[in-house]
Amino acid sequence: MSTLPDAWRVEVFRRADRDDPRGAEARATLAEAGLHPASVRVGRGVLLAPSLSPEAVDELVERFLLDPVLDEARITPPGTAPEPVEATRLLVAPKPGVMDPVARTIEALLERNGVEPATGGLNVATFTAYEVSRDVEPAELARAAARTLANPTIEDVRVDDEALSYGVALAPGVRGRVETRLAGLDDDALVTLSANGQLSLNLVEMRAIQAHFAELGREPSTVELETIAQTWSEHCKHKTLTGVIEFTHAGRTETVDNLLKSTIAAATHELDREWCLSVFVDNAGIVEFDQGQALAIKVETHNHPSAIDPYGGAGTGIGGVVRDILGAGLGAKPVANIDAFFVGPPDLAPERVPKGSMHPKRILRGVVAGVRDYGNRMGIPTVAGGVWFDEGFVANPLVYAGTVGILPSHMAQKSVAPGDWIVSLGGRTGKDGIHGATFSSIELSEHSEVNAASAVQIGDPLTEKRVLDALLQARDRGLYRGVTDCGAGGYSSAVGEMGEHTGAEVDLARVPLKYAGLSSDEIWISEAQERMVLAVPPENVDELVALCESEDVEASVLGQFTDTGRLVVKDGDEVLCDMAMSFLHDGTPRPVRHGRWDAPQLDDPGAPAAADVGATLLALLGDPNVASKQWIIRQYDHEVQGTSVVKPLVGERSDGPSDGAVLRPLATSKKGFAIGIGANPWQGALDPYAMALASIDEALRNAVAVGADPDQVSVLDNFSWGNADLEEELGALVLAAKACQDAALAYRTPFVSGKDSLNNTYRVGERLLSIPRTLLITALGIVPDVARAMTMDLKGAGHALYLVGATRAELGASRYLATLDLGAGVVGGRVPRPDLATAPGCLARVHAAIRAGLCRSVHDLAEGGLAVAAAEMAFAGGLGLDLDLAPIELTATAGYDSDATRLFSESTTRFLVEVTQENAARFETELAGDATRVGTVRADRRFTIHGTRGDLLADLALDELRASFFGAYQG
Amino acid sequence: MTTTTAPTKTVQTLLLRTAGTNCDAEAQTAFELAGSHVARMHLNALVAAPARLEKADILMLAGGFSYGDYIAAGRIFGRELEAHLTEALQRFVERGGLVLGVCNGFQVLVELGLLEGVGADPAARSLALTDNASAEFECRWVTLREEDSACAWLEPGRLVPVPVAHAEGRLVVRDDATLARLRANRQIALRYVAPDGGPAAYPGNPNGSVDDIAGLCDPSGRVLGLMPHPERNLSRHQHPRWTRLAEREEGEGLAFFRRMVAVARDSR
Repeated sequence: MSTLPDAWRVEVFRRADRDDPRGAEARATLAEAGLHPASVRVGRGVLLAPSLSPEAVDELVERFLLDPVLDEARITPPGTAPEPVEATRLLVAPKPGVMDPVARTIEALLERNGVEPATGGLNVATFTAYEVSRDVEPAELARAAARTLANPTIEDVRVDDEALSYGVALAPGVRGRVETRLAGLDDDALVTLSANGQLSLNLVEMRAIQAHFAELGREPSTVELETIAQTWSEHCKHKTLTGVIEFTHAGRTETVDNLLKSTIAAATHELDREWCLSVFVDNAGIVEFDQGQALAIKVETHNHPSAIDPYGGAGTGIGGVVRDILGAGLGAKPVANIDAFFVGPPDLAPERVPKGSMHPKRILRGVVAGVRDYGNRMGIPTVAGGVWFDEGFVANPLVYAGTVGILPSHMAQKSVAPGDWIVSLGGRTGKDGIHGATFSSIELSEHSEVNAASAVQIGDPLTEKRVLDALLQARDRGLYRGVTDCGAGGYSSAVGEMGEHTGAEVDLARVPLKYAGLSSDEIWISEAQERMVLAVPPENVDELVALCESEDVEASVLGQFTDTGRLVVKDGDEVLCDMAMSFLHDGTPRPVRHGRWDAPQLDDPGAPAAADVGATLLALLGDPNVASKQWIIRQYDHEVQGTSVVKPLVGERSDGPSDGAVLRPLATSKKGFAIGIGANPWQGALDPYAMALASIDEALRNAVAVGADPDQVSVLDNFSWGNADLEEELGALVLAAKACQDAALAYRTPFVSGKDSLNNTYRVGERLLSIPRTLLITALGIVPDVARAMTMDLKGAGHALYLVGATRAELGASRYLATLDLGAGVVGGRVPRPDLATAPGCLARVHAAIRAGLCRSVHDLAEGGLAVAAAEMAFAGGLGLDLDLAPIELTATAGYDSDATRLFSESTTRFLVEVTQENAARFETELAGDATRVGTVRADRRFTIHGTRGDLLADLALDELRASFFGAYQG
Repeated sequence: MTTTTAPTKTVQTLLLRTAGTNCDAEAQTAFELAGSHVARMHLNALVAAPARLEKADILMLAGGFSYGDYIAAGRIFGRELEAHLTEALQRFVERGGLVLGVCNGFQVLVELGLLEGVGADPAARSLALTDNASAEFECRWVTLREEDSACAWLEPGRLVPVPVAHAEGRLVVRDDATLARLRANRQIALRYVAPDGGPAAYPGNPNGSVDDIAGLCDPSGRVLGLMPHPERNLSRHQHPRWTRLAEREEGEGLAFFRRMVAVARDSR
């Protein structure tokens, strides 16, 4: 046994006569790893400075750490072991250097209360103590804990070993100028240098840097090299999407110069909608809302950090995108969060989890907890999102986090003037998150968890909430001219971007640090969370600092924006970096990449008849991709700020799956905004072009279904793609981007922002695999009058149900085929493809009917098609339904069963609409050509389907539908 | 913060916030719609000028995660108030001021011991709000019944739909004697009930609180704490089933604030 910590050890447990829900939860978690101890107690542990007096410790425990009604404490003096207990002790503690917001909060609390140790600092550390009944083997417990209760990448796990780390000083890093020799290095040496330094620069880029410094007649400093690596990273620069691509498709080759600009952004500029205030130039897109207020929206990917540490990765994903909104224009107030996850199947056999990865259930629980704890603490309602399950995401899960904010329209632009002070607000800088930007562009492997330990970040929402409070007041007082968040690349990116057109000079000696031991390089590129960078006119600095102090926010002047066009970084008097902004931002080589797309030659499995329609429907409702996400949604505060009009859960029992969310951010306006999401990770293997069109159509109809005006919708793209060095992957990406352009123009819905994640690959043995191609589309639509907002639950017996939109033989990549299990691997088929000529008009007519008050409920048809959508409407409303397939027009297609196709096709641009008998005639007139009457709402709780030949295909009780929908995996 | 002098008839609400408070916007809206003037104030500012409390009729502790709730919900905010404002708060309640704590504000009041009577020692308190029985954060709508209690602005028997959103809202008492005292002192102000007014089971009682208690007042009835958020049911479009309900003029939570402001005006 190693040394016992030289610290007071306090462990607070629930008294034996009180419930211990955390203990019960830990027991349930261990059960998933096959361990079934009779009891588990959980104690919150704190280590305190050894020089504190016993009386001081007692008082601390009584005043701050212990609840007099519930808890008991065990206090162990420094250097000694706790009294023995009749249990196996499992201790889990953050590794030295990993952010610990609880410990920092206790330190601040003690400081404010005048607690001062006789010698040394306060040095609070925390841990969790599990006391597990001795009916499980300690070695088994250690193994199970590492897979369930702890994350060994960031936490130390000890079983019956009391030697907690305490006061471990980090090895001091080098402060000052260090040069890297590039002169004379051959290609191999350049590549090795990039790899060893985790720079993620390719050979062409390394050569360009070598040539640049050869021209200058000097060697780069490590700070200069790191700055270039951060700025040129795929994450910051989108080199692939903005590069040159030779694209071959259908026998033609064309040169695409800057894919983003020539497709997605081109459509936005061509549409030139007057309500777009800021697109593609800022941290977020900004569109006009109402009463002089605008909405800012951004969705980010945070895939690789979440693979390594789901909780911290997802939490900092939310934290980062919230800062994007705080740094949009002159800063917006966050009013809604969005989250979307793509993970492996929950029932994945444990032996199919690759080495170095976690089980999908654990990843999902971790990312949900991360979003919950960060979003809830920030006071931002998490209102929209989704979860998709596929085995292709087991080793490389996708985590998207989005935020919508509101700001005065005249604050949509920002600037920087030479002479402005560079002020950093918020968190201190530590070793957390070194090389996050460059790490995000590297494939994941079984060794990732080791390589990336330093790239993991743990967020502190409390610090970010303080920053939010202070920043918005400073904004309203006009104390700064420009603002951006400190995200990937840390200060190197934030200052480098803000000063791109002026110049900037920074002194690293002025950066407040969490602890000693950081090198100059680390201070400059650390991605420590919760920091914003402001451009502050000199005359406002004192007022800003005083305002921040009143909100307990740290504000530090790091330097000044200049007019030199150069980025100068000093550490004290020593110059560590002096580079032309022009080289940094425009010096990236633009090699020609190659992409091609040849449609896969696969047999079309058609639409086999369902042997038992009722059983098939129940299976679809229980498919995790369709089934209720209630266990996730209820963990998020979707009510905070009091703005929700259509909630993520609706209906008689508030558990029906809403198509989208509607919020009303201004109490004085009758307008609201809707958020709709679209994605389908299965279609991209067959037809990436159709997938992108379909995802856009889905996001739009989700927004329209809840009341958004389709003529006032903006969209965001988030591509998560595999190995972009493969011609096929890159070709698929080009096609999807072209689809985005075509759809944007057809629906007249501009893209206003986006963020992409390429090279989502993982190594299994010798094979490098790519994730399923995934495009997440987020639609932000204006709801002209929230009183006309719509929910999807059936409202009244006797009402008519209409199918709006055309059903076609489109079951490629459908959930129906997946449920049939036609065989492993990709199966072919026709991917649903919206008809761009007719779809926009259909959306407009549905919206007009909603505005006219003709609809009682509206639901979008998506995964599982008509059958699933109708069933969801019925049980959400607590009303039965007779569904009749005969009136649905369908062109007969060989191999496509007429009933199965009508029930399970996933053709786009379709809705189910409930209309009162009174309004039926008018609705039929308004939607002539679009709408077909397919059913009648029943007063009882039965759901029937009659087929095209008039035969009864299914007759189910609502409770059966509910049992499937709610009986699938629920956390 | 604006310090414009409002006419003396206007009830003055001081909305106290600190790091991590995040339901202050909807709380402000609620009191303003109920006819009160609202001054938002950071704890640091009130600690610097405790006399500011003397101008207020109502002290509002809004929801959120004060100081991250990093040790226990409301713990640090409670200790801060105890350290810096114990006397000012006692004076405020004794001279007839009303205190409302919602969600995290309720947790703070419990930590502070203020619901157990003026002068009660927080370290010897008999009440605790702790982890929900489900061990999960619970965001859902529940039904509250206003009980016959010492709290003058409640309307016994009235049912109010309101959302809860918390992880640590389970009320636990030290012993049976505590519960008996709460009943004898008419401190049980609000209970979770089924939508029809019958007894609640999970999830109607979302956290496992003893005796389905959702809110407590102090023996004077002037200090009230509750876990649910009546300030999130002010307009007719906030109810989760408003698209299924007949037209309503306003949300059912607004009357709660209107009556509280009226009592504050009368008790001047």
